[in-house]
Amino acid sequence: MTPPGLTAPPVLLHHAPTAGLAVDSSPGGMFSYFSDHRDEVLNWLGYHAWLSAVPVLAGLLIALPLGWLARRYRWTYPPLVTAAGVLYTIPSIALFVAMPELIGTQILDPINVAVALTVYTVALLVRVVADGLAAVPEDVAQAATAMGLTRRQRLLKVELPLAVPVIAAGVRVAVVANVSLVAVAGTIGVPNLGQLFTTGFQLSVGNPYYPPITLGIVLCVLLALVLDLLVVGATRLVTPWRRAVGGS
Amino acid sequence: MIQWLNDPGNWTAQGGIFDQLWAHLQYALIALVVAIVLALPLGLLIGHTGRGRWLVTVANAVRSLPVLGLLILLYVMLAPHIHGRGDTVYLLPTEIVLILLAVPPLLASTVAGVENVDPAVRDAAAGMGMRGGQVVRKVELPNALPLVFSGLRSATLQVIATATVAAYLGLGGLGRFVYDGQASQNFAERNAGALLVALLAVVADLLLAVAQRYTVSRGVSGRFSSRPDASTSAEGGPPELPAPPATHTA
Repeated sequence: MTPPGLTAPPVLLHHAPTAGLAVDSSPGGMFSYFSDHRDEVLNWLGYHAWLSAVPVLAGLLIALPLGWLARRYRWTYPPLVTAAGVLYTIPSIALFVAMPELIGTQILDPINVAVALTVYTVALLVRVVADGLAAVPEDVAQAATAMGLTRRQRLLKVELPLAVPVIAAGVRVAVVANVSLVAVAGTIGVPNLGQLFTTGFQLSVGNPYYPPITLGIVLCVLLALVLDLLVVGATRLVTPWRRAVGGS
Repeated sequence: MIQWLNDPGNWTAQGGIFDQLWAHLQYALIALVVAIVLALPLGLLIGHTGRGRWLVTVANAVRSLPVLGLLILLYVMLAPHIHGRGDTVYLLPTEIVLILLAVPPLLASTVAGVENVDPAVRDAAAGMGMRGGQVVRKVELPNALPLVFSGLRSATLQVIATATVAAYLGLGGLGRFVYDGQASQNFAERNAGALLVALLAVVADLLLAVAQRYTVSRGVSGRFSSRPDASTSAEGGPPELPAPPATHTA
């Protein structure tokens, strides 16, 4: 009598639960599945985290000047926000697949997914940045001008900091959505946690084999949670005045 | 890709573009109708009574689940129990996931829409002798409509995008071209599929925007032909209503 977790196939038999061995195919088998495929799963987790976080940072860096533009020169707001809306409407799988054509990369290059997700983040955040800047109270902006701040100082020292909570809310949405979007890229062969789902799907022909699927869902949710907390933490760091007044 | 799209055979053949487009629309419409029937009354009730707000939080938590994992998990769970003909084995898990994804944006935006109604307007309605149900139907719903539409548009994008991914399981729809093209290295077919999906999503969003323009009262949206310089925002909605950002996770 050995516990089922110990009878799982050795790493050599990658992905192939041999019929003769008693493999735990229930959702709870994900722990032994994880210990059997640890290097591979951690590798995918690393790719997944990278693909979820870096495009959001890049997208934010691009969206900030665009959002400022839409606020500073009002006539650019409708075309910028409409273009962003149309871009954001395109389903991710379509964008992943079209990327090599658009930027001339290899089909399986992870950079395709990174660029596509950056596009999404920009599309989501342009409007958020513009609306966040617009939500800065007019009297605050006027007070800054009256104190002798130049336009640039006013933007960097007053308007942008005050818009941070609004922008951060958009970044949180983007980063959590990204974790799910990255997994979709797994279906066209890009290495990330999505591979756990496709593996589980392929191993479930005939009988359900849950461990990789549940492991993938748990890791994706944990990753989304951690990234979300990082954004919340970073927001608190750059908005110390909100803690002082006990704001949320 | 242009060549592939230009071949009439690819449009009219069995399993061609027309068939898959129709299938895709069907999957999306079933999910959206069910989601509206579930979420709209519930959202109006939560918004009107102010009770049960935790449901919105729970529904929003669903959004952080990976769509692909959810699809495959449900498929693997349900597949051994479905012995129907044809696509049922793929369709049932897909529809469940689509509904699960369409409800949160609809519910959240409906509740937000009702809660954003000016209390003075609600008081006036009660003062005119309207009952609770009348206030909901004649005052709160029309006023909440812009946000309800923004939730519906968000849900529609999510459903169309996720239905595409469901082709990975084996379901029909425009995603078939993407995954079949990928598997057979026919990149013209794959890219054409991607383009068609993108077009479908954009056109659906456009149609909903038009529907919104014709169903939302001009008193609510602030569009008056006599006041072209009115301080309306770019989309014709009142600027003080921040729409929750539309998200899709597939």
